[in-house]
Amino acid sequence: MPTFVHTEKCDGCKGGEVTACMYICPNDLMKLDTDRMKAFNQEPDQCWECQCCVKACPQQAIEVRAFQDWVPMGGAAIPLRTDNAIMWTIKFRDGEVKRFKFPVRTTPVGSIDPYGNQPEPGDLNDQLLFTESGMELPVPSN
Amino acid sequence: MSEGTFGDPEIVEHETDILIVGGGMAACGCAFEAKRWAGDDVKITLVDKAAMDRSGAVAMGLSAINTYLGENTPEDYCRYVAADLMGITRDDLVYDVGRHVDGTVHLFEEWGLPIWKEMDDGGRVDGANWEKRGGKLLKDGGKPVRSGRWQIMINGEGYKPIVAEAAKKALGMENIFERVFIVKYILDKNNPNQIAGAVGFSVREHKLYVFKAKTILNVCGGAVNVFRPRTTGEGMGRVWYPVWNAGSTYAMAAEVGAELTMMENRFVPTRFKDGYGPVGAWFLLFKAKATNAFGEDYATTNQDMLKQYAPYDKAFVVPSCLRNHVMLKEMKEGRGPIYMDTPAALAALAEKMTPQEIKHLEAEAWEDFLDMCIGQAGVWAGLNIRPEQHKSELMPTEPYLLGSHSGCCGIWVSGPEDIAPKEWQWGYNRMTTVKGLFTAGDGVGASGHKFSSGSHAEGRIAGKAMVKFVEDNKDYKPELGQDIKEVTEEIYKPVRTYMEHKDKTTEEDVNPNYITPRMFQMRLQKIMDEYVAGVATYYQTNGIMLEEGLKYLGMLKEDSVHMRAKDLHELMRAWENYHRVWTGEAHLRHIMFREESRYPGFYYRADFLDLDDENWKVFVNSRHDPETGEWEMKKVPHIDLVEKTYG
Ligand SMILES: Cc1cc2nc3c(=O)[nH]c(=O)nc-3n(C[C@H](O)[C@H](O)[C@H](O)COP(=O)(O)OP(=O)(O)OC[C@H]3O[C@@H](n4cnc5c(N)ncnc54)[C@H](O)[C@@H]3O)c2cc1C
Ligand code: SF4
Ligand code: SF4
Repeated sequence: MPTFVHTEKCDGCKGGEVTACMYICPNDLMKLDTDRMKAFNQEPDQCWECQCCVKACPQQAIEVRAFQDWVPMGGAAIPLRTDNAIMWTIKFRDGEVKRFKFPVRTTPVGSIDPYGNQPEPGDLNDQLLFTESGMELPVPSN
Repeated sequence: MSEGTFGDPEIVEHETDILIVGGGMAACGCAFEAKRWAGDDVKITLVDKAAMDRSGAVAMGLSAINTYLGENTPEDYCRYVAADLMGITRDDLVYDVGRHVDGTVHLFEEWGLPIWKEMDDGGRVDGANWEKRGGKLLKDGGKPVRSGRWQIMINGEGYKPIVAEAAKKALGMENIFERVFIVKYILDKNNPNQIAGAVGFSVREHKLYVFKAKTILNVCGGAVNVFRPRTTGEGMGRVWYPVWNAGSTYAMAAEVGAELTMMENRFVPTRFKDGYGPVGAWFLLFKAKATNAFGEDYATTNQDMLKQYAPYDKAFVVPSCLRNHVMLKEMKEGRGPIYMDTPAALAALAEKMTPQEIKHLEAEAWEDFLDMCIGQAGVWAGLNIRPEQHKSELMPTEPYLLGSHSGCCGIWVSGPEDIAPKEWQWGYNRMTTVKGLFTAGDGVGASGHKFSSGSHAEGRIAGKAMVKFVEDNKDYKPELGQDIKEVTEEIYKPVRTYMEHKDKTTEEDVNPNYITPRMFQMRLQKIMDEYVAGVATYYQTNGIMLEEGLKYLGMLKEDSVHMRAKDLHELMRAWENYHRVWTGEAHLRHIMFREESRYPGFYYRADFLDLDDENWKVFVNSRHDPETGEWEMKKVPHIDLVEKTYG
């Protein structure tokens, strides 16, 4: 189920070196056509449909169209993501539309302090992880 | 990089103490833990073929954390994992994950992962709203919503960016290389069987990276698309496990001589047909039943078939392979399709619910897909399938090789010092048999069912051990045992091949001088599918078929030096497929060696159909000798450290 890019919406991320979709695709599929300054999926049949690129595109220029070798035309699952929630629009082939909204994060993006409020690491020679300092680890009771 | 501009790549050399190869769950766990122990004088570097925010199996998100012990003991966890994997697991490793994993889940929640809660009145609230209703964090005694004994529900679309943020902050972006694909590890010049470095290339810039490291964590996930997928045409990338995990973990370890274990094990998940949508929540949370075409509950009618697999048939949760086994009987005897009866399940639940609760339930059912398998939502939308009205078809998928989900193939590692018996211990926790080379997550064999949380916890375990390794080996100065110019030429050969021959035919894809990575992959998939028990033969094979398969794999391996690459993207595809062949070969050799059918429903040795505990309740380990190129196979005795009772 490959992604496609709406020609009129994509602005090539305004000529940046690496576009948002190129940056994020875990499978290195999104590519910028530097002549047209538009992105495209360079290997549609290797697309996992994770929609990571769709969620990342600042212009909402990318969508997923179901693989035509099996799925009948007309359906779609379209996300709109903010920092703490995601809204989904599900369009059925027969025209019905359903909408869902789910939380994605309970803290502000960038707020993680990995070692704040955590204990100091203990002894490098034992089996305790640093957050477990002072605990007693169980061993099999056989 | 556009065609025709390839010259000699710039060689970037980088020295570090700890090198983490991969950026997924295990890698993030390692980064977080190791940095804390390391102090400023130990250098840690991470390299990922993609962008950490969305790399690996959790890129899309997940709707459940599948390993959270809570009220269960690590002993219970060992029993559950052993039962699902038909008795042959390493209790030391499984126990170790079990005793550390909950702490990791508590960190996720603190960082911002929304975890569903069960309220005192029995109602369930999603992960962003329990606070308002007086709920508590898990670590303070909050009660998760369990979809099964080990699983807890989350709103997990943002799972990976959250976990990656903590790891990136711990290491600092200046120590992280994204979009660099690692091709191979390099042994030390002066110490045979000790790791010294890794080599790869950027898929963005014309650069080849040479890393020298005292110790390396090899965590590139499992292997997908080694077998021909059921999907065809445009849908071929829509497989179950992430299409970009190409078996690099197993291949790169095997190439430098690390011992592998249980590579005969595979996972053939039963999923919603064509979209590969998850079934766990449907079975466990919504209590749906699977039936054959005629509405019969085949799991019950075929129950007797499982007696021959005692004692595992009596497990609290019937092993996944045995559940496939009874389903395949229905399919083979013409009583398909197999359905998940979603309307009946939802109707039963709705009987006790208010309209508002029913609406919430519907959203929960869709969220299960939208959080981790959006493609399935697309398939349902395109086919006008509404779960409250229409049953949905189930299908067993093509085989996958992985060590963290419901499978246990992988690398043989040293166990925790306070648990592992002598023969499972040679120094550092999670170190492979190659000195200084560690692994975790999908990489560790004989200990499945770690899932996302357990993989992160295991990365942390390895991270601490690696810091200790560096402390203990202060004087070790890695020196690469291979000439860098030669390695560069080898890695760039597909490009050179393309440049040399591309103009010799009028259509560049059809050229007798090279093979495209795509056709190379298809040939691999056809061999594995038809000879090594893929979907084409209903997961059956025998000794002779395997010999044939090995012969064809051998020729394919020979042809790997003729792969072409017309750009950096295709160069990555070439090396991914090289890793897939190695993984496929290890899988084949293990199935060939184990003369029994240990995992009926996942694969059958038609010439040894029985489960043979007397002769085969052992680990199968293999080692490829990097000097001679020979594979050595052996049986390794199995021991239970935790008493196993099933039921
Ligand atoms: C569809 C699906 C559903 C799942 N459901 C659940 C669930 O509900 N609950 C749960 O807890 N778990 C679930 N899991 C399991 C969980 O995602 C895995 O157990 C976990 O991600 C494994 O961690 P890992 O670090 O071993 O591999 P991954 O997280 O896959 O990471 C692999 C990393 O290696 C990188 N890489 C690969 N090759 C190379 C290379 N050659 N060079 C450099 N980098 C490379 C990748 O980019 C990635 O960063 C699911 C997985 C999938 C795919
Ligand atoms: S992220 Fe969107 S706007 Fe930017 S290049 Fe990609 S498709 Fe175009
Ligand atoms: S949907 Fe996923 S795999 Fe497909 S192009 Fe977008 S990011 Fe890449």
